[in-house]
Amino acid sequence: MQMEKKWFTISVYSENNIGLLNRISDIFLKRHINIESLNVSKSEIEHVSKFTIVVNTTETWTQKIVGQIEKQIEVIKAFYHTDEETIYQESALFKIASHLLFDEPQIQNIIAESKSKIVTVSREYFVLAKTGRKHEIDQMHENLEPYGIMQFVRSGRISVTKAEMPITTILNEFYQT
Amino acid sequence: METLKETSKKAKKKTAIKITGAEAIIHCLLAEGVDLIYGYPGGAIMPVYDELYKFQDKLHHVLTRHEQGATHAAQGYARVTGKVGVAVATSGPGATNLVTGLADAQIDSTPIVCITGQVPRHLLGSDAFQETDIIGISTPVTKWNYQITRASEIPEIMAKAFYIAKAGRPGPVLIDVTKNAQFEELEFVYEHCKGVRSYNPRPKPDTEQLERAAALINSAKKPYIIFGQGVILGNAEAQLKELIEKTGIPAAWTILGLSALATDHPLNVGMVGMHGNYGPNVLTNECDLLIAIGMRFDDRVTGNLDTYAKQAKIIHFEIDPAEINKNVKADVPVLGDAKESLELLLPMLKENSHEKWFGEFEAKHKEEYEAVIKNDLHPTKEGLTMGEVIKEINKATNNEAVIVTDVGQHQMVTCRYARFNQSKSNITSGGLGTMGFALPAAIGAKMGVEHREVVAVIGDGGYQMTIQELATIYQNNTAVKIVVLNNEHLGMVRQWQELFFDRRYASTVMTNPDFVKIAEGYHIQAKSVSRREDLAKVVTEMIASDKPYFLEVKVEKEDNVFPMIPSGASVSDIRLK
Repeated sequence: MQMEKKWFTISVYSENNIGLLNRISDIFLKRHINIESLNVSKSEIEHVSKFTIVVNTTETWTQKIVGQIEKQIEVIKAFYHTDEETIYQESALFKIASHLLFDEPQIQNIIAESKSKIVTVSREYFVLAKTGRKHEIDQMHENLEPYGIMQFVRSGRISVTKAEMPITTILNEFYQT
Repeated sequence: METLKETSKKAKKKTAIKITGAEAIIHCLLAEGVDLIYGYPGGAIMPVYDELYKFQDKLHHVLTRHEQGATHAAQGYARVTGKVGVAVATSGPGATNLVTGLADAQIDSTPIVCITGQVPRHLLGSDAFQETDIIGISTPVTKWNYQITRASEIPEIMAKAFYIAKAGRPGPVLIDVTKNAQFEELEFVYEHCKGVRSYNPRPKPDTEQLERAAALINSAKKPYIIFGQGVILGNAEAQLKELIEKTGIPAAWTILGLSALATDHPLNVGMVGMHGNYGPNVLTNECDLLIAIGMRFDDRVTGNLDTYAKQAKIIHFEIDPAEINKNVKADVPVLGDAKESLELLLPMLKENSHEKWFGEFEAKHKEEYEAVIKNDLHPTKEGLTMGEVIKEINKATNNEAVIVTDVGQHQMVTCRYARFNQSKSNITSGGLGTMGFALPAAIGAKMGVEHREVVAVIGDGGYQMTIQELATIYQNNTAVKIVVLNNEHLGMVRQWQELFFDRRYASTVMTNPDFVKIAEGYHIQAKSVSRREDLAKVVTEMIASDKPYFLEVKVEKEDNVFPMIPSGASVSDIRLK
């Protein structure tokens, strides 16, 4: 078993209940492991939520955490994957003063190169949306920073796996027994 | 008032009755077969208490003197009966006082359901009087918890609470009910919960793993069984005994596994762990196959994991998937209920005996007897030892008592020397190590098995943490026998200070009150013993009494418990002195 720290994406399929987020975050708190990113959304199955949690730790710890997460009553199934086993993205929004579009021609190049989208433009500011890997967003942030960023926000990682996650099968088994 | 049967008949006909949430809670409890609950009233739970008053002929409520006592009593009841224990408290401080009991039940896998009152829904989050976020607070120490804010949720959630508390690896559940939900009316229909789709409490044992386990057991030269509470919780005592007798494998137990196999069984070699027996610890590192059944390789059992049973193949029978490979890597994990797994395993096993290997346990026992046991049970020095008190209790109860212990030296000594000939007889706070557990837990135990003798053995420190429950004993005339082994110290901490902190006895000396007078103040018959020649007679008198009885035994003040695996050391390095 590998003992060096790596990035792992933990995917949790669960019932959509108040308090479960608390229960899951407690598992990390109890073991003093930082959650690098967290996203909660609906999943491909009706009434089933999906947590996408990114951690930087050893595989042994990740396995134990996944075991503890699965132990929670309202968790249907949890998986963990390496970056290579998933397709993943993050989103970011940049709010920038509108006059810079005219005063700093370089900004237009950054927008074009980064393949980001202008979401809205007003007299005072415009908003850029960028979807991609963390390092791409970091790069864009670095490029824009010298001109002044009024507000910045980046989402947690969202990911799908290359392999199947057979949640429907698990649920069907329950209803058959 | 209609009976429960009538209610459930109506439920079957789907002709729901309209009742308040508070009354619905009582009906749910009755439907789950609950006839005894522990608790303490207060503002936010008053509607439920009002219904308890009306239903007192069907549902007996025991008023403890602190909510912590209610949880431990519910635990004691659950541990001796195998049923779900129930505790009720109000919001705010009533709820926070449950936390220690919940944590204890969580780590010792005890099925209890705690019901707390909560401020009305419209006041949630407003810092109202006696409002506290008990859902947030109790999350890490409950198997499941839920806040009910509408009466209509009550039947389904209560059914789920009892199911989850009991299913698979048991644990505590807390249900928080806002006051408006207790007053509101609902159409009451009750259906028992038969499953939760996201929870698989009883994984099916894998045939391939069982075959691999059987092959290892059949070919092992020095096989060794360590069993834990999973055997008791899974009602697998008979299967364990059959396994041991068929294969001739020596078996040791964790503190919570104690009493699953009769102490006097010839293949019962004793306790593992920090203050366990010498052979069971040392030989863990000499066996060639370690068969763990319903135990979780707690650090107090394993000592240093880097030097734990490295030479042995390990088979782990376990119901909770999260325990597999958590502390010790299993060569053959068998997931499933202990009884089901062992029943499938037994036909695959050859009859066998391991006399030479068993002889190694006997030899180690002789060493331990000479160095430790002899002096504990047949002391020649003047002061009384804790061990000789336990020996007298064994004698007076014919090894048939339920023995409830607290935490510390007296607990280790009791578990080492108490003799049991039936299961569910050793009630102690194992995982959490909760001082103050024993007195209230003994109340629950006695009420759970009224026909049995229940003896609480407690240290002078822990006794004073929940001493107020003497009032509960008096009010209910609960015939528990309370034995305080008074060494005027927090003995286990004092022992560590002596051995590892250069005898700096920081805050471990106790100046104690007159315990006899205190017990008498609660109208409980009480005696104190400090001379060896009086001990047997007074213990016999205590056991013969059909009323609550308090016995203080003034024991040697600075005795240590041995053997001992120093914290972080290997099981091989267990010290006899």
